[in-house]
Amino acid sequence: MKAKIIITPKKAVVDPQGKTVQGALEHMGYSGIGAVHVGKYLEIELAGADKEAARKQINDACHKILSNPVIEDYHFEIE
Amino acid sequence: MNFAVLQFPASNCDQDAVHVLKNVLGHSANLAWHKDTTLGNADAVIVPGGFSYGDYLRTGAIARFSPIMQAVKEFADLGGPVLGICNGFQILTEAGLLPGALVRNRSLQFRCENVFLKTESNSTPFTQTIPDGKLLRVPIAHGEGCYFAEPETLAKLNSNGQVLWRYVDAQGNATEIANPNGSLENIAGVCNAARNVAGLMPHPERASEGLLGSADGRLIFESLVKWIEQRHAKAA
Repeated sequence: MKAKIIITPKKAVVDPQGKTVQGALEHMGYSGIGAVHVGKYLEIELAGADKEAARKQINDACHKILSNPVIEDYHFEIE
Repeated sequence: MNFAVLQFPASNCDQDAVHVLKNVLGHSANLAWHKDTTLGNADAVIVPGGFSYGDYLRTGAIARFSPIMQAVKEFADLGGPVLGICNGFQILTEAGLLPGALVRNRSLQFRCENVFLKTESNSTPFTQTIPDGKLLRVPIAHGEGCYFAEPETLAKLNSNGQVLWRYVDAQGNATEIANPNGSLENIAGVCNAARNVAGLMPHPERASEGLLGSADGRLIFESLVKWIEQRHAKAA
């Protein structure tokens, strides 16, 4: 199995990276560009076949270390 | 008096902190390696600056799970004073010992310069001997020092007097221009509700001798020394 995790900055947190990328896209002439949010993507390979147990474990890890709940949101899929 | 200065892989201000405590202030300071599980007979703990664990994942995120951090938590829970400087501040917020978080500087620049700090409360071990109205001239050197906290947390910090330092101009005003990283309300340092754990992004250990252009940072360490002396006197 594999966990695919996406971590993004919370909306209330200023995201200067996202703003800078947005500015660059607009400067390059791409039209209709709205807010850009730069986050992280993690893939974690998992042993075993119990999806529910894996989900529990990954959720715990996301909360404890992989994201900082003060400034980030996360979501993930187990495949 | 005994200080424990933590040392993680890629800490780089640990020796500076030891130098100030030992050679400038004349106390004993020992390094505590990240794999250690005890702090020895420390009276206070310094979590120094640097780029612990390469700043991987998030600044301070991995360091907080080091074995030594469990000992620091227990030490802090018993009322022991803990001061986090720069990356040390980031580690203490990640560990939940201090409220809020430090994020990327709003300018996206790594800022390395001298700033002025206004001390907002002197009822802590870290600020008690700083004269009222005295601005501290100390350097910063960070890319991720923009202080963030939820509005409710921020309101609590203000009403409890937990904001210890703000970035100000030479006149003592917390202006936008004086804010080097976009921190909410110019916050440079905070303490916990029990007031025995504090963190700040600027580097007092780099401004503790006249030779370095400013000795203002020394006031923070001297406060801590005095507080420990008072604690010992009370216990005696």
